[in-house]
Amino acid sequence: MSELPTKDPAPDADDAAESEARPRPIRKPISWSMIVIAVLVAVSAALVYRRDGADGVWEILKHDLGLFGGILPRVLAGCLLGAFITEILPHEKVSRSLGPKSGLKGLLIGTAFGAILPGGPFTAYPVASALLTVGADFGATIAMVVSWTLIGYGRAIAWELPIMGTDFTLWRIVISLPLPILAGALGRFVYVRMYPKGAP
Amino acid sequence: MNALIIDIILWGSVAALGFMAWQRGRAVLVSSAREGTMDFINIVPRIALGVIGSGYIAAIIPQQVITGWLGPDSGWSGVLAAVIAGATTPGGPVVGFSIGAVALKSGGGSPQVLAYVIAWALFAFQRLLLWEIPFMPARFVWFRAAVSIPFPFLAAAIAMAIGKP
Repeated sequence: MSELPTKDPAPDADDAAESEARPRPIRKPISWSMIVIAVLVAVSAALVYRRDGADGVWEILKHDLGLFGGILPRVLAGCLLGAFITEILPHEKVSRSLGPKSGLKGLLIGTAFGAILPGGPFTAYPVASALLTVGADFGATIAMVVSWTLIGYGRAIAWELPIMGTDFTLWRIVISLPLPILAGALGRFVYVRMYPKGAP
Repeated sequence: MNALIIDIILWGSVAALGFMAWQRGRAVLVSSAREGTMDFINIVPRIALGVIGSGYIAAIIPQQVITGWLGPDSGWSGVLAAVIAGATTPGGPVVGFSIGAVALKSGGGSPQVLAYVIAWALFAFQRLLLWEIPFMPARFVWFRAAVSIPFPFLAAAIAMAIGKP
């Protein structure tokens, strides 16, 4: 009876083996951003409790737990996409076409890629992270993320068109068209001046 | 219905890329699937905190306050207020667009509403914390957000120049 199921089977040993096998940067489980969010959430929950009592806190918790359950499988899909992309994309090719020396073409490819990428944040961010891992630079990745947010069709069709109307949405997208390229270019411009010797 | 289409596209892409990995050998597929799953396990607590916590953050920042910032105040001070409002708007896609729509109907200038929607899309703090930080290197996230700051203003300037939308 020494092996109770509640006992964690030596997580440290597993983690160590895992980190040796992986070339990617290991994400620390507790980071400053997480602490900031946790504090923000705790303060907000306390304010809700003071305003609406325990019922108010419970209502929000129930709603958000449902949301969380719905999102989880998609997050898994996004993580798998990111991992497969890291494995499949040839690194030299990516750093040639999306790397620091890829020029305007790299920014255009990033923009096009962001615009056609399907899914929501659960795909865009793991994929962007995978691109960074396989050799894309900050500039091209910024172009991709900004393009996904501003000219990606997913959110525009699902939410913006019905709520904001066709006229506003179309003009908003037209005006946004140059922004991913400009953001990527600005990102590169700042990056080489902040880190003249490459990544810190 | 919409969600179903998203799921089909999403898992279809996973299957297609998984197949491509498999073509390079079973070991490649297994190791990358394992890595993706490990990423998932690492990310779940962060997503849990963000998603479960964001309801509370949204509950204490009432939408009326943000709509007030987007009032019919024209000109560049209105644009600046709109950008700050966009950055602080919590909640999912419905919230930002709904506030924008209310502002348009209640007489907000369209360059200001445009700046609001674009600022919210680019660097709403809650999305940075909830979605971007868990998935991407924090250094990249802050860098990207900082670099994005001029663009809502640029979009407003373009809108004022061409008189649309």
